[in-house]
Amino acid sequence: MPDNAALFEQIVDAARARGVSEIEAIIAGEEQALTRFANNVIHQNVAERTIHISVRPLIEGRTARASTNRTDPASIRAVVEEAIAVTRLTEPDPELLPLTVPAAVAPVDRHFEATARSTPDGRARAVAEAIDVVRGHGQTAAGIYSTGESALSLFNSRGVALDHRETMARFSITAMDRDSSGWAKASACDARAIAPRELALRAAEKAARSRAPREIAPGRYTVILEPAAVLDLAGQMAMDFSATALRDGRSFLNDRLGTKLFGDNISVYDDARHNGQSGAPFDAEGVPRRRLTLVERGVVREVACCRHAAALDSVEPTGHGFPLPNETGEAPMNIVFSGGETPLEDMIATTARGILVTRLWYIREVDPYEKIFTGMTRDGTFLIEDGRVACGLLNFRFNQSLIEMLSGVEELSPAVRASGEETFDMVVPAMKVRDFNFTEVTRF
Amino acid sequence: MKDLALRALDTVARRGVQYADVRAIESREREVATKNGKPAHVSTSESAGIGIRALVNGCWGFAATDDLTPAGIDSAAALALEIAASGSRAPSRIELAPEEAYRAEWVSPAAIDPFSIPIDRNLATLLAVDRELRRNPAISLAEASMHFDRRRQIFVSTLGSVIDQTRTTSGAGYSALCYREGEIQKRSYPNSFGGQYQLKGYELVDELRLLEHAPRIAEEAVALHSADQCPEGEFDLILDSSQLGLQIHESIGHPIELDRVLGSEANYAGMSFLTLDQLNHLRYGSPMVNVVCDARFEHGPGLGTFAFDDEGVPAQSVPIVSGGLFTGYMTSRETARAVGGARSNGCMRAEGWSRLPLIRMTNVSLLPGAQSLEDVFDTPRGIYMETNRSWSIDDKRYNFQFGCEIAWEIRAGNRVRMLKNPSYSGISTEFWNACEAIAGREHWTLWGVPNCGKGQPEQVMGTGHGASPARFRKIKVGGAYAG
Repeated sequence: MPDNAALFEQIVDAARARGVSEIEAIIAGEEQALTRFANNVIHQNVAERTIHISVRPLIEGRTARASTNRTDPASIRAVVEEAIAVTRLTEPDPELLPLTVPAAVAPVDRHFEATARSTPDGRARAVAEAIDVVRGHGQTAAGIYSTGESALSLFNSRGVALDHRETMARFSITAMDRDSSGWAKASACDARAIAPRELALRAAEKAARSRAPREIAPGRYTVILEPAAVLDLAGQMAMDFSATALRDGRSFLNDRLGTKLFGDNISVYDDARHNGQSGAPFDAEGVPRRRLTLVERGVVREVACCRHAAALDSVEPTGHGFPLPNETGEAPMNIVFSGGETPLEDMIATTARGILVTRLWYIREVDPYEKIFTGMTRDGTFLIEDGRVACGLLNFRFNQSLIEMLSGVEELSPAVRASGEETFDMVVPAMKVRDFNFTEVTRF
Repeated sequence: MKDLALRALDTVARRGVQYADVRAIESREREVATKNGKPAHVSTSESAGIGIRALVNGCWGFAATDDLTPAGIDSAAALALEIAASGSRAPSRIELAPEEAYRAEWVSPAAIDPFSIPIDRNLATLLAVDRELRRNPAISLAEASMHFDRRRQIFVSTLGSVIDQTRTTSGAGYSALCYREGEIQKRSYPNSFGGQYQLKGYELVDELRLLEHAPRIAEEAVALHSADQCPEGEFDLILDSSQLGLQIHESIGHPIELDRVLGSEANYAGMSFLTLDQLNHLRYGSPMVNVVCDARFEHGPGLGTFAFDDEGVPAQSVPIVSGGLFTGYMTSRETARAVGGARSNGCMRAEGWSRLPLIRMTNVSLLPGAQSLEDVFDTPRGIYMETNRSWSIDDKRYNFQFGCEIAWEIRAGNRVRMLKNPSYSGISTEFWNACEAIAGREHWTLWGVPNCGKGQPEQVMGTGHGASPARFRKIKVGGAYAG
């Protein structure tokens, strides 16, 4: 990884040479590797090293951004010159704020050397062991094991100089039986917190338990959503907890701030420093991320506020702004649900008839204000009868309002870091939800 | 870049590989957006890097870097080989279908270089649209944008190919959102996802006549608030060509990806209902349904148009559905033999230098029909839907549900009332077998879908889909709001 402070010095020098004194730079470097497997073999096996340097000058009420991935002095000068030229061609914005001044940001330790030093052979060995577990069940496995490290620096000419380094590991596995499948996934900053064999076993057992899936009619059912299913649905509302989205009229929280929208048992926070979270403790303008109470016992309390939105509303920014200039403003990206105390097994044991959902797929918004989403169940959908898992089911399509869902939560498990495919990783519980709306059944 | 690519290829080839290829790419992008009368996202970017793919003892290794120094390239080459060697823990025994060596140079036509147009002119065009949209006081959010991309790729392989391709793509569009009394309605032009995208220069922006349509779009966004809710039931369904383009993408384009059929995507994007036994047997659609996967420039300036794919195979036209019969998959050199192909049909594409090529849609298009637009609308009672709002399909690409921004009830061929929140759902093959009218060439548009995701790590790419408005018999409508 290059010396980011030295790169910023070059950026400042290049800007000054062009008569520009106000400039911000985001420098992000990554080394990522991913071992992918399917049909019980490793079939795609990749690594990439990238750097992204992006600069944003402020000139007489105007701003724009230019980016490059070249780090030689001539390219640094060129990207600064490009940013200045583009900025001078934009329209002035009377609401454009000056660059952020430095604020104290306590670092978070999310970089683990063992994860950063992961090797192709180490990943391949773990994958081979996981495949063996699935093969031992007479099934075939597909999935990924990725490891990597990233370094993010944010500088500006007013003295902001922030760094965040992080490692990340992800293991995901699908076990496929003749007419069924099972899935498990985990992510962590420290690869040692991930147990590929255990995840493989969980996926294989789900696939085995859902063999010969039955078809039952769509309709409203009591549903137990495992954490990955909760996160993929609940994460769809993150962009609405935004002061800019409220001002634009695109948030479902318009005219609902301060009202009781969900059940008493729903409390949601944004907490970048939570030990189940990942990411930098500052936003794209260098504002420290503040812990937000988004929902307190069902009542919508706070939304994220970038500096621009905060200035318009005469409040303090919360540290959730995206790189400027942008249209969307801000959003909470470190969601933590408060959770409950009921283990998943107990939820199943107290359910006379219901459906257990492992994972959801292809979730898209149907109605932006009622927050209705459609999507499918996938890789482990089970019928619960008389307090036990009775059999696997053919997959359903749902059309479900998130407002209605989070008003009908009967029980919650303790919250855990969960990882899905439809939204970012979050800390969420499993949920037992009444009257979940399945509208169609598919044929597998 | 060519010298860098050849150096990387030499480095891996000297270490003993079954096959290797290298893509060296330089790209340039510009994004310009406005929001409610002000500049929004205004940015330019450039990127250069190299991706090295090596096949050793039947296992792939791929490494990419933007460190283009000799040491950086050597390091990436060594890493690609180390990764390939690690595959022996769970070996895949890959063999590639034969291919010729090519030496070629191709530059996609662009009548007006989009990067020659100053950004202040881009902004002036978008702000004029913005003003027109917000002339309607009920519009709470007006957004407009343009996007331009130029990418030069040098492909070299151990077969001896040296292929130099440059593609220029442009995109533009806008939307108007109206929030009122607990309801959000939105209209977009000429399509959702930021508008229309094609393999063209700035001439695309002129062709779209953005300003001309702005008053209607704003008016419709507001009018939807007082429109009737789309009814639930079975109706003859007429789709505009942009929505039909996305229908093709989801229910034909993805299922015919042979890597998905063979299980490569099982953990993420999913598999396909089109198992190998269906080829040349399945009645995919009614006899009037003819679909091709065509990357050739003769098909049109699509986001999936090129001269060679990203493993050096020439662009081809593949019959996918012929007179309603399922006749072809999209293949690669690795998969072609699984369906008896002597060679790849050229569908391997990568998001950029840092990613591995995968089987991706090129231009998957429904060929024009023989009917007039009046014939397509000629139904006693139907619903006409326009512009996608939501899209979802299961992981075998069988059960789908789409929502559109706006609809009209059709009686005896005429629009009789506007409908809000329209949706329809079905099973892929049942839907295409219900096709009973397709409008002719004069109504055919090659749409660009800029945001197709696939692969791990995910690659987001552009695909092309030609379609003209079409009618489908007795389709389930309104299910999204049922229950």
